[in-house]
Amino acid sequence: MKKNTVSAAGGRKTLLSVILAVVSIIYVLPVLAVVINSFKQNTFVKTDTFALPTGEMSAGFDNFIKGMTFGNYPFAKSVMYSVVITLLSTFLILLCTSMAAWYIARVDSAFCRAVYFLCVFSMVVPFQMVMFTLSKTADKLHLNTPWTIPIVYLGFGAGLAIFMFVGFVKAIPLEIEEAASIDGCGPVRTFFTVVVPMLKPTMISVGILEIMWVWNDYLLPVLVLDINEYRTIPIHIQYLKGSYGTVDLGATMALILMSIIPVIIFYLACQKHIIKGVAAGAVKG
Amino acid sequence: MKNKKNTNSNSITKATRRWGFLFMGPVLIAFTIGFIWPFIQGIWLSMCQFRLISDAKFIGFANYVKVFQDASFRHAFWYTAMFAIVSLVIINVLAFMVAYFLTLEIKGSNLFRTVFFMPNLIGGIVLGYIWSMIFDGILGRYQTSILLESKYGFWGLIILMCWQQVGYMMIIYIAGLQNVPGDILEAARIDGATSLQTLFKVTIPNVMSSFTICIFLSLTNGFKLFDQNLALTGGQPFVIQPGGATIKTTEMLALNIYNTFYSSNTTSQGVAQAKAVIFFILVAGLGLLQLGYTRKKEVQQ
Repeated sequence: MKKNTVSAAGGRKTLLSVILAVVSIIYVLPVLAVVINSFKQNTFVKTDTFALPTGEMSAGFDNFIKGMTFGNYPFAKSVMYSVVITLLSTFLILLCTSMAAWYIARVDSAFCRAVYFLCVFSMVVPFQMVMFTLSKTADKLHLNTPWTIPIVYLGFGAGLAIFMFVGFVKAIPLEIEEAASIDGCGPVRTFFTVVVPMLKPTMISVGILEIMWVWNDYLLPVLVLDINEYRTIPIHIQYLKGSYGTVDLGATMALILMSIIPVIIFYLACQKHIIKGVAAGAVKG
Repeated sequence: MKNKKNTNSNSITKATRRWGFLFMGPVLIAFTIGFIWPFIQGIWLSMCQFRLISDAKFIGFANYVKVFQDASFRHAFWYTAMFAIVSLVIINVLAFMVAYFLTLEIKGSNLFRTVFFMPNLIGGIVLGYIWSMIFDGILGRYQTSILLESKYGFWGLIILMCWQQVGYMMIIYIAGLQNVPGDILEAARIDGATSLQTLFKVTIPNVMSSFTICIFLSLTNGFKLFDQNLALTGGQPFVIQPGGATIKTTEMLALNIYNTFYSSNTTSQGVAQAKAVIFFILVAGLGLLQLGYTRKKEVQQ
């Protein structure tokens, strides 16, 4: 290879790196704007959005303190409900759909195929189609609390999870389970001690998709839960603006910052799994 | 049916079947509550007039007739279609460009990938408020606001969606690009193809399946968009038509359905459910189109 073409290509690559670095900085500016404005006095957020919170503009940590009780609802409570709903729903979905998916893949009866078909079908149905009837049904069955709404999430989210699990179970050779059964393992023990460990990578992918969905979901909880009592973080933030009168933008930004910091930490900590999970979920077709 | 299965695996299946209620029970119950029943009831109610559900009265296709006479729904449909197509083109061009650059083994590509994907984890409502602050910070200098002109709302939402979705589509394109066999790229280079020729004649034809996935994904995402639309403009600005009907100029289909359901009008629930059924047929139709398209591609290969 000629030497000068190599260095020309290298130069082009360095230039590309520089351009992408600039774009990356622009990319994080919206998050920086949130940080800056969460330390700013409310009146300056609108007039000097992109100025640093210095001098008279600075609000110190007032916005954060104010934000904790802002909107007539304690922020800590909405964090707690978001955490409870997300963890319970994800756990329930992983447990129940992996069991059902294994059964569907292994038994393979006409009934199983019908359930599988319904699951795939449910993936193309937009939430608006069922939102009114679903919220009424959930109300009637008293599924309108943070401890029972995971059942609704399991019901509406089962399709994608089962679809992903079935695809993976079908790729596992039957011999391992046969060996377990010859050794005297019943189906329940085979599933939990032999199949579940093999499903772990898919569990992580599905789990991450479910966490991202439930944590950020607004419409389902706002329709199902009693919002005077229970608000998740997205509901809380939406209702800051929904309440009449002027909104304290500084305090809103402080709340938004507090709600995205854990998400960003979670992302940086399990970036590899998240990107893999998202890529796996996207190919659902 | 499957004669190849030996007796051993048949006996396993039999043993497993005995536990069917345990393995399938929880999902079936929840799936019935969370999907099957609401879906069937939804179809039925789209042909009823109701306020609660218990007072539903069958009225045939009258709701559907009303939907097609509804100017706000027609507006929302065209607005959504425009939005979906414009965002589809911009997002995919940008995402493919970024993915292509990041697979050239440049310095810092891991860091760039991390940054570009990051907005995906932030929820739609929060995204909407972050960007409404930014847009109003800019537009405020010209004594206007994103809520005052529908073209600001449109392009504002496009920018927001690009910020959120480019990183997501980029991941799918990167996966596709990494699967292009190295030897055909090598062969193209040896044959003296320029890098642009290689890109258009070798690389892009080999990542067509990624394009199919991303195009349909961004199309359905565009059609189903709700949270971001609600939080950024909420349909503002409103225009009152000569006939007296109010058009929310930046209201998309999903938000239009929501507003029809929860409006103060006592007879609009049935119309809203009919809109929801039409919306479902539209979105599911896109899904089927994709399925057919991918199948055809697979046959060709």
